[in-house]
Amino acid sequence: MTLLSVRDLEVEYATNAGPVPAVRGVDLDLRAGEVLGLAGESGCGKSTVAHALLRLLPEGTKVTGRVLLDGEDVLEMRLGRLRAARWGEAAIVFQGAMHALNPVRRVGDQIVEAIRLHEDVSEREAVGRVQDLIERVGLPGRRSRDYPHELSGGQRQRVMIAMALACRPKVLIADEPTTALDVMVQAQVLSVLKGLQEEFGLALLFITHDLSVLMELCDRIAVMYAGRIVEDGPASIVFDDPAHPYARALASAFPRIGDASDRGAPGGLGGDPPDPQRIPPGCSFHPRCPARFEPCDRVDPPLYDAGPGRRAACLLHDPMYAPQEARA
Amino acid sequence: MGTRRYVAGKLAQALLTLAFVLLFNFILFRVMPGDPIALLLRGSGAIRPDVIAELERDFGLDQPLPEQFVTYAEDTLTGNFGVSLANGEPVTQRIGDRIWPTILLVGTSTIASAVIGLVIGIYGGWRRGSAFDLGSLGFTLVAYSMPEFWFGILILMAFAGGVGFFPSIFPTGGYQTAGADLSGFGHVIDVLNHLFLPWLTLTIAYLGEYALIMRSSILDVMGEDFVTTARAKGLRDKQVLWRHTVPNALLPTMTLTFLSLGFVFAGAITIEYIFSWPGLGLLTVEAIDDKDFPMLQALFLLFSAAVIVANLIADLLYAYLDPRVRAS
Amino acid sequence: MARPPIERSPVTTEAPEAPLTTGPPPEPPKNPRAIAWARRRRSFGRVVRIYRRNGMGMTGLSILMFFLAVAVFAPLIAPREGLDPTCTCTGPPFQAPSLSFPFGTDDLGRSVFTLTVWGSRISLMVGFFATLISILIGSLIGIVAGYFGGWTENVLMRFTDWGLVIPFLPLAIVLASIIGPSLGVIILVIGATSWPSTSRLVRAQVLSVKSRPYVERARALGAGHWHMTTRHILPNVGPIIFANTVLLVAIAILSETTLSFLGLGDPLSISWGTILEAAFAAGASTAGNWWWLVPPGLAIVLVVLAFTMCGYALDEILNPRLRRR
Repeated sequence: MTLLSVRDLEVEYATNAGPVPAVRGVDLDLRAGEVLGLAGESGCGKSTVAHALLRLLPEGTKVTGRVLLDGEDVLEMRLGRLRAARWGEAAIVFQGAMHALNPVRRVGDQIVEAIRLHEDVSEREAVGRVQDLIERVGLPGRRSRDYPHELSGGQRQRVMIAMALACRPKVLIADEPTTALDVMVQAQVLSVLKGLQEEFGLALLFITHDLSVLMELCDRIAVMYAGRIVEDGPASIVFDDPAHPYARALASAFPRIGDASDRGAPGGLGGDPPDPQRIPPGCSFHPRCPARFEPCDRVDPPLYDAGPGRRAACLLHDPMYAPQEARA
Repeated sequence: MGTRRYVAGKLAQALLTLAFVLLFNFILFRVMPGDPIALLLRGSGAIRPDVIAELERDFGLDQPLPEQFVTYAEDTLTGNFGVSLANGEPVTQRIGDRIWPTILLVGTSTIASAVIGLVIGIYGGWRRGSAFDLGSLGFTLVAYSMPEFWFGILILMAFAGGVGFFPSIFPTGGYQTAGADLSGFGHVIDVLNHLFLPWLTLTIAYLGEYALIMRSSILDVMGEDFVTTARAKGLRDKQVLWRHTVPNALLPTMTLTFLSLGFVFAGAITIEYIFSWPGLGLLTVEAIDDKDFPMLQALFLLFSAAVIVANLIADLLYAYLDPRVRAS
Repeated sequence: MARPPIERSPVTTEAPEAPLTTGPPPEPPKNPRAIAWARRRRSFGRVVRIYRRNGMGMTGLSILMFFLAVAVFAPLIAPREGLDPTCTCTGPPFQAPSLSFPFGTDDLGRSVFTLTVWGSRISLMVGFFATLISILIGSLIGIVAGYFGGWTENVLMRFTDWGLVIPFLPLAIVLASIIGPSLGVIILVIGATSWPSTSRLVRAQVLSVKSRPYVERARALGAGHWHMTTRHILPNVGPIIFANTVLLVAIAILSETTLSFLGLGDPLSISWGTILEAAFAAGASTAGNWWWLVPPGLAIVLVVLAFTMCGYALDEILNPRLRRR
């Protein structure tokens, strides 16, 4: 069953330099027990999507569309209902790097706060649960008495995961949880996350710019560019045989070790993502696209069907513009 | 342990600074242009040479400079600040007579100023850009540009002297009603009655500083990830503010508020003068008029020492409150 | 096989507008120094443009211009003879404002309006010169400390910290009492006691400039101290010093007012502080002579406010760390 359903999500920040459209129409579906990866370069809007799902964007930001959490629209919820849904039904794990945890309170206390906010349990019982959670993420229970600066980056990240699961949410949103960690620690954190996801049957939305991480973790992948989803589909297919030129460039930027066909210099892409206030006309990717052809600079492609269970926002998949190239 | 080293370090620094102030004080009066005796006798006309010689002996000026300094240091450390030139009493005694009114005035107004100022700063920062924020910023700006003694004069004129439609409800100065022999509760009320206007002046004059510092701090903290995490956990805005934002914003504010103690002393000097409040501030102004150098020297030392001690307290308080500092 | 599109129909958009231009392109420069100066002129122009859009800054600037005009054109606004108590133009003492004396009269019958107008000269002048001294000392110490580092920096910064800790007014009182009351002393005293904040600021900026790649390269190429300081450090530290200067003038004017009020200024000179001193000593507050007390004080508030507003506006524009707020 679909636990999270996003339709036409648009987010516009209010800044001194005028409104900035960070998300320009995003659709997502997340089912129970499923892991959906959201990939893209910095600035494509994926973090904004994560914040928008629980209405965590700063005041003054314009958010439109629908975010259906187990049938209820988060964007329409009354504050009391929203606060209950936050953490209780959907929780978010931020980058645990520096300051995602309150520096002047012990980490255990911060988790206890979350539990006692949503459930009517005694202090003692909450503390007991916290010990249990800490151990589940692979840390000794006494670490719950530590302050955030006494933990390493990887340990902090695991504490954040423990805290996110404290109120037994059905949906977990992970916003770049492994970005600031080095590779060995990354693997550790990922395995903890995967284990917990399987154990609790969580619906996990995993956001990152690192496509290779998504490959092993996710069931489905969605690729974002300039505030829109440009491709989505089953993880392995999107990675092995991307339908959108941007997804292809992103995938080829990560060399696969052990894959003989991948030998040679990793691909890459010249240029930079567009300034959200100066999106190019037509397809937003066309200035950097190696497969660009005539209509690309004036026609903005929607998501086309590009195979079983996958879509791509590229004119190459529109029979009207590229009949011979459109995949069957 | 980290804390012990930190405390020892700060203590050493404070003592070093005090030593410097002592040296500086000595240099000021002995090495400055002009013969100290000539300074004393300025405006007194011609004096017989043997009187001058006796004065020189009294002040130890016939000794070489380094010896003079040793004597001076010894004297200071034993609390001997010499004799006041105004009335021949020991300086220490005159200071002792006048210290309580200053402690009363500066103490109560600093506390009031800090509490009101911090709260204004918290709400201003939390509701940045609101009418309250802009209003309090404007008020702070104006209060900052106003000489605190001018404000005091206006208050004195309005509420003590009475002008236009302002009622004359408070005494025009002093510590207690002259001639009235009150005791116990009556005495306390009388003193409070006299204290009110100078207290009001000092409180209003300096609350802007605290408000600005706190507002800055709150804005800094609000941008941190853990504040978003707190909101995501489902806490109400007020809970996020008081449980997470304020404790972290309070830390840097502490140090800065103690540092501004130097300004409060400056204010006390002029305010006590205006309201004839018989404290150290008024004593300073009297000493200027009387050219009472031993008194001025002692007062300067006392004011400096008070500020140094206040800074030390601030550093130690910071260590006590911030677990990160204790660990390093 | 053709597949119909399943989402929104494709949207056609127009070409983006032409890029913004900022004026005619500059003429080709002749040498590296000219290039650097051309770039600085452009930055300066940009700063001026941004400043003009800053409401607080422009308000402050206009108030400042007003008072500067008052100070410069004082003889034309109020006759100088009005300051002399024996002048026939004086009126009865302690008079409330009237048509002939818009701000009333003081205890000697002089027009408070004339006093206030002329008082602007001394107050502004002391403010400027004291700040000048302060900036010179502070910048020198800050640059030397930041540039040479090591022992020099430690010692100089220790002195700066001490300077910051010692409370200003007691120190100023002690210094002024010893040297004797005069305008020059006040200027010197304020200048000699307010440099620490500048040196702290300057040193921090020097440290950040020192670590920039082009500075390191210059040093690798063998640039000498003088060259480094004048060509690289100073131009980058200059803007911050300027913003700091404006804020310091505000403080200097307040300090002069306080010192004059306590009787440490030149009793014969007319500044807003000495006017207030005379007024208070004559019992104007208890007698309710508000016209004598309000104008000089209000003038101080406005001028200090103006400098502060300009200073904040400049700080916002020039200090890279303050952008966000």
